[in-house]
Amino acid sequence: MSETVSTPKSTVAIEARDLTLAYGDRVILSDLNFTVNRGDIFVIMGGSGCGKSTLLRNMLGLENPAQGCVHYDGENWQEASTENQRRIRLNWGVTFQQGGLISAMTLEQNLSLPLELYTALSAAERAEMVALKLALVGLAGFERYYPSEISGGMRKRAALARAIMLDPRFLFFDEPSAGLDPLSSRRLDALIASLAENLGATVVMVTHELDSIFAIATKAIYLDNVSRTLIDSGSPAELRDHSEHAVIRQFLTRGATAKTKREQ
Amino acid sequence: MTLWLRPRGRVYLARNGANDMLNRAAVGQLIGSDRTELTLTGLWEIGQVPAFSEFAASETALLSIDANDVIDWDSSLVNFALQAHLHAVTHGYTLELALPNGAQALLTLALSVPAQAQVPNTTSKWTQFKHALSPIRLSEQLGDEVQSLLEFIGSFIAATAQAIAGKARLRSVDIMRFCYQAGPNALPIIGLTSLLVGMILGYLGAVQLQEFGAGIYVANLVTVGMLREMGPLMTAVIMAGRTGAAYAAQLGTMQVNEEVDAIEILGISPMQFLVLPRVIGIVIMLPLLVVYANVLGIFGGAMVATGLGITPLQYITQASSSLALDHIGVGLFKGLIFAVLIGIAGCRAGMRSGRNSEGVGRATTNAVVTGLVYLIVADAGINIICQILDI
Repeated sequence: MSETVSTPKSTVAIEARDLTLAYGDRVILSDLNFTVNRGDIFVIMGGSGCGKSTLLRNMLGLENPAQGCVHYDGENWQEASTENQRRIRLNWGVTFQQGGLISAMTLEQNLSLPLELYTALSAAERAEMVALKLALVGLAGFERYYPSEISGGMRKRAALARAIMLDPRFLFFDEPSAGLDPLSSRRLDALIASLAENLGATVVMVTHELDSIFAIATKAIYLDNVSRTLIDSGSPAELRDHSEHAVIRQFLTRGATAKTKREQ
Repeated sequence: MTLWLRPRGRVYLARNGANDMLNRAAVGQLIGSDRTELTLTGLWEIGQVPAFSEFAASETALLSIDANDVIDWDSSLVNFALQAHLHAVTHGYTLELALPNGAQALLTLALSVPAQAQVPNTTSKWTQFKHALSPIRLSEQLGDEVQSLLEFIGSFIAATAQAIAGKARLRSVDIMRFCYQAGPNALPIIGLTSLLVGMILGYLGAVQLQEFGAGIYVANLVTVGMLREMGPLMTAVIMAGRTGAAYAAQLGTMQVNEEVDAIEILGISPMQFLVLPRVIGIVIMLPLLVVYANVLGIFGGAMVATGLGITPLQYITQASSSLALDHIGVGLFKGLIFAVLIGIAGCRAGMRSGRNSEGVGRATTNAVVTGLVYLIVADAGINIICQILDI
């Protein structure tokens, strides 16, 4: 897409302020403060059950935090009007854990939906764009397939293709490489990195794939299961080597320290 | 005695007869002034071992457990050690454990992640049961239910208004698909039930009316009964079970697959994109099905009537005399209202199903039950209004 969208000057793309997330009375995470800079590939990590996906759902406005707010390009999402929320969302591309493709539509219909909604492209132009994005995720020629007719990993890649239809400025992934074979998973990493670089997109990713984290992440936060909050942030290598929290160092070294202890 | 060699070379003794007694798990206890020693021997298998609580001594300063001499062990030994550990922590004494390597590793694993501090639900089943029956809670629930229903209806009306104003994204292909699902596919079952309901009405009327020598009025009874009441109601009941449940299951599955979330993120209102076409589908088809049900019902009545000696011509003449426009109108109006209610009940149940597969099942049940309740309430309401307005 052409450079018609004027990108705001500030380097901070997303800022979470005092977020507390809860389901009813059960607090999932509390007092989260973090910033994501423009162009970052930002990874949310943590043990299973620590609320990573919940945090992402709250950032996406699919659930409302019990307290606090998230700012996108300086705009408070929680306090924005429905119209403004819609406008902010136009800059998002989201790939859900299950993909989230509409099962009653073929891949082509799924992918061209954002184009139909938000562009004035003709049917032929839309078909070309769809073919391009499908080729980018390695699914060229799959236009006529329904989501139920392809494998889970392919669905996930197709969902990524839909997420990048409008060349969004923010990309969100919930466990992008879960259920993918190692090769597809590396391919996906490369794709995400190159999208971030070439589209200038800011990427927010929930994952615990260490290979992905070290390959592409520029910044990471760690959500702790026990204290139910964010305990450290920084680049993955920094966290691995210098984090003051043993649990993070262990997490990022696949528990290597714990393992050697046991083997002794 | 049979001996098996386990992969790691440990000797495993099968239990048979008298040997069993020799190998039974046992605990030797030595109680000193400030020190208790437990020596574990024998075969430690689930269901065959003593409980730690039998040996728990809270006054001791040090408890030492030596399990190096057990013949073989499974998780019962680990559990014994874990109970000892927890007991030691609560009563504040020192615990010395000498366990076989594997058991020690399992115990370490069990203790590596601290237990969650709060237990989500500690109230007993009986308390929950009483709580569930409390009138305050029930009225609160009813209040919440009514509020959320009104919210849903409100946003549904808003979506409809936008669609009428031409602002909504309605895909005609969706509407056609739901019309097809709701309509033609339902013809056989609705045909059968209406025919039978017509016959039932016929028999019911014939038996009573013939006592007064007014058997011919069976035609009137069946016609008015089908047009005003049984036609719309029976069709709607079947559609609630068929289409309402299907809507709930479809939307529930879409929630599980995160399709609804994805649609919302794309900036499309799920109400417009998912709910509206479904409700439109059933609203178009249900009144048509009511007409079809009426025809078959009246035909069913005719079959009974001819069996009772009324000629088809007499039946038709008599039936057409009661075929007033207001009966037809009331019936179709009911069909329309029922369609909206079934559609809303089904879609709302599906949209609220939550993101797990259990929720989909619950949503389906919910759709049918609430759909039927709405139907009966609306039917009674419409009948009362018709009575007052003298229609």
